[in-house]
Amino acid sequence: MGWIGETVDSIKSIQIRQVLTQAVSLGMIVTSALIIWKALMCITGSESPVVVVLSGSMEPGFKRGDILFLHMSNDPIRAGEIVVFNVDGREIPIVHRVIKVHERQDTGEVDILTKGDNNYGDDRLLYAHGQLWLQRHHIMGRAVGFLPYVGWVTIIMTEKPIIKYILIGALGLLVITSKD
Amino acid sequence: MHSFGYRANALLTFGLSILALMCAMASISDNLNHPSPTAQVQVLNINWFQKQPNGNDEVSMTLNISADLQSLFTWNTKQVFVFLAAEYETPKNSLNQISLWDAIITSKEQAKFWIHTSNKYRFIDQGSNLKGKEFNLTMHWHVMPKTGKMFANKLIMSGHRLPEKFR
Repeated sequence: MGWIGETVDSIKSIQIRQVLTQAVSLGMIVTSALIIWKALMCITGSESPVVVVLSGSMEPGFKRGDILFLHMSNDPIRAGEIVVFNVDGREIPIVHRVIKVHERQDTGEVDILTKGDNNYGDDRLLYAHGQLWLQRHHIMGRAVGFLPYVGWVTIIMTEKPIIKYILIGALGLLVITSKD
Repeated sequence: MHSFGYRANALLTFGLSILALMCAMASISDNLNHPSPTAQVQVLNINWFQKQPNGNDEVSMTLNISADLQSLFTWNTKQVFVFLAAEYETPKNSLNQISLWDAIITSKEQAKFWIHTSNKYRFIDQGSNLKGKEFNLTMHWHVMPKTGKMFANKLIMSGHRLPEKFR
């Protein structure tokens, strides 16, 4: 009867090892994704190096679902650049074009006015109540590059959370059941 | 080893990497184009020129803009955003840039144009410095690619001057 006990033990030990390797490989995937994201943050100097366009206010240049690569350098902001900015009291950052710039002689501070290419008027209506200009600290980055459609994945996942859970579940199942 | 899942995965990965490579190559190919756009702008008339109740000067003008931006278009160009900005220096501000007119050009055929227009956005100074002010009219263009890196350039037309008196 000794060999039965041995096999049971070996099966048990194999399963523990398998589970461990799978956990480690899953951890590797998650950490490498995190490393890439943080490295991008360091290189571009922007809190969020990649953003998804959520509205049609920059059409036909940027459509909903396109992704933009941001860069935040110390270069001064100039008219015509497409910047991503946060307005106090609004959660979602906005991607619009700079149409007016006033840069101070003494301090180098800037007053910026933006407008969406597809909007009729400028952005003063979107700013906080009584705010006429954006300052440097509102700006999260300027758009330097562009990739179409890829952002739809995120839009679908945030708007239809069920799909996200199905996807995560399926991937988890795949990881657990995979043999090697 | 040769299950459906693995084959689907390999196909998807291969397809995506080819797509990414094609996008990168399309973006790189833009560097081979050396555009030489031309533009002329005339200030035809100062429609009115006055001080606002809050103390800022405002001017309205009629412009005649002609440009040939056809050489900016390549096969990876989705649109060209072109705008004309007034740029000047004041004692308070080292740089003032005020967009006066802009347009979105989506095809090469539309890229050679001339237009007779008054300023689309208000030309308001921060303060009261516009009397007799010398300013540049700068034509800026921002090229948006179908995919990849965006690029921009400008053409400065200097030597414009606002009148000495309000009207």
